[in-house]
Amino acid sequence: MLMTSLKAHLINAISQAALTIYGVKRSLLVAVVLLVSCGNANAEVQANVFYLMRDVEPPLPLSLIDKRVEKNGFAGAELGLNDNRTTGGFLGHEYELVEVLIPENADIIESVKSANQSNPEIIVANLNSTDLLLVADAYPESLVLNVYARDDRVRHEDCRANVLHLPPSRAMLADGLAQYLAWKRWNKVVLVTGRHPDDTLYAQALERAIKRFGLKVIDRSNWTAIPGARRTDSGHHMAQQEIPTFTQFKEHDVLLVADEIDEFGEYLSYRSRLPRPVAGTQGLMPTSWHRSHEQWGATQIQRRFEKIANRIMTERDYSSWLAMRALGESITNTNSAEPSVLKEYLLSDKFKLAGFKGKALTFRTYNGQLRQPILVVSPRMLISVSPQQGFLHELTEMDTLGYDEPESACKVFK
Amino acid sequence: MRKKTYVQCVASTVFLLFATHASAYSIFVSNEKDNTISIIDGETLEVAETVTVGERPRGIVLSHDNAVLYMCTSDDDHVEVLDVKTLKVTHTLPSGPDPELMQLNPEGTKLYIANEDDNLVTVVNVDDRTKEVEIPVGIEPEGIGVSPDGKWLVNTSETTNMAHFINTDTLKIEANVLVDTRPRVAQFTGDGSEVWVSSEIGGTVSIIDTESKEIKHKLSFEVRGLAPEAIQPVGVKLSTDGSNRAYIALGPAARVAVVNMQTYEIEKYLLVGQRVWNLEFSPDQDRLFTTNGVSGDVSVIDLKKLRVIKSIKVGRFPWGLAVSPDKRG
Repeated sequence: MLMTSLKAHLINAISQAALTIYGVKRSLLVAVVLLVSCGNANAEVQANVFYLMRDVEPPLPLSLIDKRVEKNGFAGAELGLNDNRTTGGFLGHEYELVEVLIPENADIIESVKSANQSNPEIIVANLNSTDLLLVADAYPESLVLNVYARDDRVRHEDCRANVLHLPPSRAMLADGLAQYLAWKRWNKVVLVTGRHPDDTLYAQALERAIKRFGLKVIDRSNWTAIPGARRTDSGHHMAQQEIPTFTQFKEHDVLLVADEIDEFGEYLSYRSRLPRPVAGTQGLMPTSWHRSHEQWGATQIQRRFEKIANRIMTERDYSSWLAMRALGESITNTNSAEPSVLKEYLLSDKFKLAGFKGKALTFRTYNGQLRQPILVVSPRMLISVSPQQGFLHELTEMDTLGYDEPESACKVFK
Repeated sequence: MRKKTYVQCVASTVFLLFATHASAYSIFVSNEKDNTISIIDGETLEVAETVTVGERPRGIVLSHDNAVLYMCTSDDDHVEVLDVKTLKVTHTLPSGPDPELMQLNPEGTKLYIANEDDNLVTVVNVDDRTKEVEIPVGIEPEGIGVSPDGKWLVNTSETTNMAHFINTDTLKIEANVLVDTRPRVAQFTGDGSEVWVSSEIGGTVSIIDTESKEIKHKLSFEVRGLAPEAIQPVGVKLSTDGSNRAYIALGPAARVAVVNMQTYEIEKYLLVGQRVWNLEFSPDQDRLFTTNGVSGDVSVIDLKKLRVIKSIKVGRFPWGLAVSPDKRG
């Protein structure tokens, strides 16, 4: 155990040093941060996990309350690594986490190649859908765990046999929210969509959910204004004038908003013409993780995470932690780090992941999506958890969220 | 006329049963949300007293002489000691952060405490009120089981999914048994030959042979009309009265499973309150009490008839249970 804590200190020291170096040498094509090299040749099983992410400047949050999150997701993987190492330490299983930061406009496959001599067999992909598919196709024998892309298409018509998805898709999120609205009988909704393609995808997911759960869209509108600077003095004057004019909608119960990068959705609450709750990407939000979640033992992981990362745990941190834990569970139980062996175990009914959601999380065998309850949260509190009571399913109620097996367009999963 | 006699006969039998069973004992219940301990009178089966204690009381254990109640007041990061006579907290014990479950050694001199936040099992001397040692274990230690001879301490870790066998002489981990996901409670049989470990998310109970440290059987449960993921075993209570029955609390399934300890057959599922977690016997093992977190009550099971006879409203989110053979007050 002493060894483990020494290692942990060493990891921290190395990672901090590496980060500093990286901050200086931004011109490097690829910065490979070898977090640990405590690889033990005698280890029964050695699992090397490659964590891929683009090196992009995190966006400035619209609210001054929120802080910029550097390398969103990676700290979650580090926590998962620590957890796996504890179990591994009792079993003679070694884990290594290699971070590959890919410059914003670089060719992703070239970057991965130059960072790694051999093929990366186990990949955690903190990437968008385009990058995810490029990596999945370049390494068809590898196991790729998606921890970021929420597009339904990569789980649906563009699914890949070697990719498993940890975060919920937009359809799952929208269904989680719509079930709660249906439970509240807030049936009449208005939908405001932002100007980005992702906003359109979010709005489409909401429309699908609205139809599935018997809600009704009373009115639709697009927010097309190009935002100015995020930090402005006296900005509230403008919002106070603009929003009531913009929200001249017919009688409705709830105002839905699709604004994934936080451009305007935050302005709607308390300013709309009718006093109605805002839900969607702002206001009442469906999410896989939230800083307010404390049920089913979640307090423990929130504390453990904040201790190592000195910030709150984000959705991407949670997905990254889940990815590492899913790997850990399968390695622990199969005594192997072979991608095909791990995938088989992960998709079997033996695999049950504890993710602080009060239920065993399992993968859908028809598209590799992790089944999970969806948290429905306000900015400061957990409001509810979907699936809501009464939405039934023959297999598991979690499959009332997102595309179910009969609707799946994913053909490569067998 | 014959009918009447029969009814009278039944009535007097019931009366007799009650008369024999109505023992003067007390049930202590920790209410996690209310920061209180409810004390139920074993005779009337009603809450006789409610005592305010520290933040988030969870695991509770009575001293062997039943004079004090040790309480993991988790958010205060210590164990509080309640004088059962005066119902005052007399002192605290240094438990380490976020204590959750604990057990006394057979001599009653040491508490073995699981510190959920710090991946430690802390050994506390209850007389000196000092922390003797901290044993590093897996992630999120939870359940603590002590063998009847005191030689083995079994700790479960929820994220590592192991039952750690700690030798109480050397305080070293001697074996790690991999069990199903999110292990919670560890309980030794009366003869010490087996340890039963419940896995909340895995939905199973692993029965581990103490000698070989191998899983000799795994129980799984099935309740008609319930999704498998709703069946989440937590509390385990193993009888020592010769009835050879084990009782398993199934969490959100709102059931207690009755298991034959020889054949491992599940004999019956008893419907109790919502999110049933912990269990405790009455002193003569003719009744079983359950804490039902979500419904905020305690179910009373008559173990002769295997029937739930009462539910007693306590505080919000009842968690731990301890039964004293003494009547309070």
